[in-house]
Amino acid sequence: MRTDTADVERPATAPTFQHIGIGRRLKNHTATGLFTVSFLVAVVPLLWVLYTLLSRGLVPMLSADWWSHSFYGLLPNDFGGGIYHALVGTIEQSFVAAVISVPLGVTVGVFLIEYGKDSRLASTATFMVDILSGLPSIVAGLFVYALWITTFGFPKSGFAVALSLVLLMLPLVVRTTETMLRIVPDDLREASYALGVPKWKTILKVVLPTSLSGILTGVMLGLARIMGETAPLLILVGYARSINFNLFSGPMASLPLTIYTERKTPTEAGDARMWGAALTLVLVIMLINLLATLISRLFAVKTK
Amino acid sequence: MAKRLDIQDLNLHYGKFHAVQDVSLQVHARGVTAFIGPSGCGKSTVLRALNRMHEVIAGARVEGKVLLDGEDVYASNVDPVQVRRTIGMVFQRANPFPTMSIRDNVVAGLKLAGEKNKKHLDEVAERSLRSANLWEEVKDRLNKPGGSLSGGQQQRLCIARAVAVQPDVLLMDEPCSALDPISTLAIEDLIAELKKDYTIVIVTHNMQQAARVSDQTAFFNLRAVGEPGQLVEIEETGKIFSNPNQKATEDYISGRFG
Ligand SMILES: Nc1ncnc2c1ncn2[C@@H]1O[C@H](COP(=O)(O)OP(=O)(O)OP(=O)(O)O)[C@@H](O)[C@H]1O
Ligand SMILES: [Mg+2]
Repeated sequence: MRTDTADVERPATAPTFQHIGIGRRLKNHTATGLFTVSFLVAVVPLLWVLYTLLSRGLVPMLSADWWSHSFYGLLPNDFGGGIYHALVGTIEQSFVAAVISVPLGVTVGVFLIEYGKDSRLASTATFMVDILSGLPSIVAGLFVYALWITTFGFPKSGFAVALSLVLLMLPLVVRTTETMLRIVPDDLREASYALGVPKWKTILKVVLPTSLSGILTGVMLGLARIMGETAPLLILVGYARSINFNLFSGPMASLPLTIYTERKTPTEAGDARMWGAALTLVLVIMLINLLATLISRLFAVKTK
Repeated sequence: MAKRLDIQDLNLHYGKFHAVQDVSLQVHARGVTAFIGPSGCGKSTVLRALNRMHEVIAGARVEGKVLLDGEDVYASNVDPVQVRRTIGMVFQRANPFPTMSIRDNVVAGLKLAGEKNKKHLDEVAERSLRSANLWEEVKDRLNKPGGSLSGGQQQRLCIARAVAVQPDVLLMDEPCSALDPISTLAIEDLIAELKKDYTIVIVTHNMQQAARVSDQTAFFNLRAVGEPGQLVEIEETGKIFSNPNQKATEDYISGRFG
């Protein structure tokens, strides 16, 4: 598609670069249009959700007591109160779940990649992790109920919830660890071995530090995931409108459970409490995600 | 310090693939032995078998003996970790530790073995970097990550790292393939210096280099692609390059290979 070949100054050879044709431009514009539309289709519902959350949950959240008080003693029509009790529950339960599942999951991941390779035990473990990662949260809750409460006879408690969250978080941690260890090049392991460093020390001082950023990010994302889990809470712990720090006894609130329970209060005040809790939950999860990004930057392998 | 290596009937496999067949040769103490031969003939494989790095690869198998001053490094009661502490290695591809600073890369072997004396580590770092001809370039940024160096600098960093642990034998797999002539000369000087105390095996594609640095040269070849590589001959370097015993060697050296 050459133009103005009449120019006598030009040599008679064909130009190396040809002008972009109409067809190419048209295709380009169509593709750009399609991408823009899909982007809007994906983003609009998201913004809508955020708008709804903010418009209904922001007012209760802005009250002075929100971050320091509970709903204790509030009558169905009383506005006010705070989310502190549920925040305590969510943080304690997911923190304990993480404290149990992170060391366990990282160890399993290290075993699978660094030691297991093709062994029978490793392929069995991988299979189990696969099953576990597809486990519906309600089933995790039921399992802990059957084992911890019915069989062992412990009371319903925040700790029982934490145990069910472990079942949900463990496969995430194992998977992340596996993926992150797999992308550490063998060259690095060999470099370490060649210096006369034993395998376990190589893993601890060379392989894990190299993949630390990825593993930590995965852990944070897993944490964000289990914080919103609701089904096990309905089975494993009672709801309390007062503050309970004790994971091992008594009913204990958490953000999802608060949303679920307050929904049953058919008043405007109940609605406000519910949306306030919902917005709080989303904020907490966003905060964790933000932290994950920060951690991944902070621990990333530096090249400068 | 320096030790002799006796390689007897070495056969090396990668899973079902027979990579190297029936290699027997002697590596003299306080000398430089060069391995030359066409790409894929098994030079790296043999080299890696000498400090038990071959078995690190899944499915890889070793038959035969490697004697270090008479002691079989493959004996069942020998710890491969100790073998590698005694027989150090510089790899064909530079592989600095990305999470460690330049200084920590150099002293990684000592640090991971438990050495904590900062002053001693600093001394070792400087000495090793100087001998790898890298000190002047990095002395002002020792705390920058190892990955911030250029490819050739990374390779010299790896050489410094291998020298820092003072092994008895040093295996070098094409240590100069990524280096400019000046650094190459510096490494060759280093090799000449090191061979007073160490035993060195170097793989190289550079005939002049083999001729310059080595005392004896081993020529490896393979009959055809897919066939195992074999040792054609090992001779004093002067003889290999002037009057080799085998025609294949002469063809290869004079560029009439293939
Ligand atoms: N990790 C591995 N798995 C399977 N086969 C391998 C592996 N490493 C090397 N080989 C094979 O073994 C043979 C010898 O390889 P080796 O790396 O020892 O050659 P080389 O002589 O060092 O070649 P170059 O000069 O190109 O470095 C080749 O056919 C190669 O394909
Ligand atoms: Mg090689």
